[in-house]
Amino acid sequence: REGGALGLGRVATEDEVAAWDIDIRPDGEGLPAGSGTVADGEGLYSDNCAVCHGDFGEGVGRWPVLAGGQDTLTEERPEKTIGSYWPYLSTVYDYVRRAMPYGNARSMSDDDIYAITAYLLYLNDIVEDEDFELSNENFAEIHLPNEDNFIADDRSEETHYTDKNEPCMSNCKDSPVEITMRSRILDVTPGSVDDDNAA
Amino acid sequence: MSDKTVSQSPNLSRRALLKAGLATGVAAGAVGAARADGDPLITEIQDWNRYLGEGVQSRPYGTPSEFESHVVRRDVEWLTASTESSVNFTPLHELDGIITPNGLCFERHHGGIAEINPADHRLMINGLVDTPLVFTMEDLKRFPRENRVYFLECAANSGMEWRGSQLNGCQYTHGMIHSVMYTGVPLKLILEEAGIKTNAKWVMPEGADASAMTRSIPMEKALDDCLVAFKMNGEALRPEQGYPLRLVVPGWEGNMWIKWLRRIEVGDEPWHQREETSKYTDLLESGKARRFTWVMDAKSVVTNPSPQAPVTHGKGPLVISGVAWSGNGRITRVDVSIDGGRNWKTARLDGPSLPKAMHRFYLDIDWDGSDLLLQSRAMDENGYFQPTKNELRAARGENSIYHNNGIQTWHVKADGTVENVEVS
Repeated sequence: REGGALGLGRVATEDEVAAWDIDIRPDGEGLPAGSGTVADGEGLYSDNCAVCHGDFGEGVGRWPVLAGGQDTLTEERPEKTIGSYWPYLSTVYDYVRRAMPYGNARSMSDDDIYAITAYLLYLNDIVEDEDFELSNENFAEIHLPNEDNFIADDRSEETHYTDKNEPCMSNCKDSPVEITMRSRILDVTPGSVDDDNAA
Repeated sequence: MSDKTVSQSPNLSRRALLKAGLATGVAAGAVGAARADGDPLITEIQDWNRYLGEGVQSRPYGTPSEFESHVVRRDVEWLTASTESSVNFTPLHELDGIITPNGLCFERHHGGIAEINPADHRLMINGLVDTPLVFTMEDLKRFPRENRVYFLECAANSGMEWRGSQLNGCQYTHGMIHSVMYTGVPLKLILEEAGIKTNAKWVMPEGADASAMTRSIPMEKALDDCLVAFKMNGEALRPEQGYPLRLVVPGWEGNMWIKWLRRIEVGDEPWHQREETSKYTDLLESGKARRFTWVMDAKSVVTNPSPQAPVTHGKGPLVISGVAWSGNGRITRVDVSIDGGRNWKTARLDGPSLPKAMHRFYLDIDWDGSDLLLQSRAMDENGYFQPTKNELRAARGENSIYHNNGIQTWHVKADGTVENVEVS
């Protein structure tokens, strides 16, 4: 074996790498050969996903919403879904294949995942044709609406970072400090005095 | 909590009542006071002074005293849809020093706790390397090791407080953090063993659990101070902390510290995985979102007094205690205010001051019994000082979810009770 100075470990076989290395990048690197249609995806979604995520991706109870929420990102209560927020379709395919259905991950075929991904595009009005077929060939052509709205970490440009002066130590506010909000008003803390009444 | 302890005692003997009193401190004043005929805890011979206790091997793996049974992790049921993808909280208000006991370290899982026999665990290195490799746990324990104390803070710690005071206790507002000593192998050594190619710019750790957690990490960080750890506080990782192997990413958001670490891929671009697109991106008021906000900035909180740790002893000497930390290095100073930020005093840092680790601070005051608005303000070695929540909101809005390191205010009332508040 060729490797580092310690000679620890052994060479990973191609099959082993293929079994674990299933990640996909936005440029499509890692996509398996395969395809699936919106119509196929609808059936698979109904059987495997709708119980938590709702028939239309609207989310049941507190389970994640997958569709809708377009143009809500500047609202007081934004709804961040695949269609409204996610930047890349590769993440949808990768994550569904890697970790869904919740409690039964890695149980679907690559074609199944293509079909479900196609259906999620349909639920988000990104494709409108039920006959649309998503495959490794046309995958990289699809762009999600919010792709361009992610920026690098620029916290260091916020004034409380750039202002490195000695902080105020005395008489920092003109008048006595007023309480503007109390957690007891909301009182949602488990085990707190008013917890039972708050429900 | 205190009432429960008493009412749940099956046998309200004098001894049980005394125990309850000692455990909760409720009756401490009465018990501790000298009466005319003397404190019976002193004047009367106690059971533990007469009868033998349990022998040496009665507790092969020791657990805390029964009087500490309230010192536990707690969760907030309404926060998440299921307990397997959820979080609980470290009881910061009950702890001291800078090390979190293993059994109290908060948990955050996305697919429950994977239970893995270390004999069945493998670590793979693949991608842009000269030789893709597979290691067993035995292999990994033959690499040179390091011991380092680091805090791990969830990116969402204090996230429920962006819109204002919500949860009443530092366990809930600040308890998605722990600080332990890790033993492990520098990631650099493992990557060098496989040989990274010249175009390698990123690594992606992956977990073996049902969420198969993945994150993109720049090579510079991977070669700097990341550890592949198998021990915490001297013993094997706890299952809920990634047993048998986890990644340690000092100073960076907890999500990146992949547990049950089974694979590290080397690449030339980030992967934009779910946990760095849908999650762990920070929405700003403009509708744009920051991604790759890795570092956890300087932060602090007063742990005592706090809503779960009221002042029960009345006026006079009062120990204000808290913790501070920074993902950018050492904490060099913590200031404490008792009047909501009008005036500040520099607190005393005590214990080891280690980079990217928790620090302990104290301010000893003489409490006159009047209302206090307690705040703490951390400074790190870069001269960065902890902002107010309003400064953060002015810069980011209220929908960032993550990276809330704003100054916390506790309202200590004349009766000693404490509430989570916001101030003008």
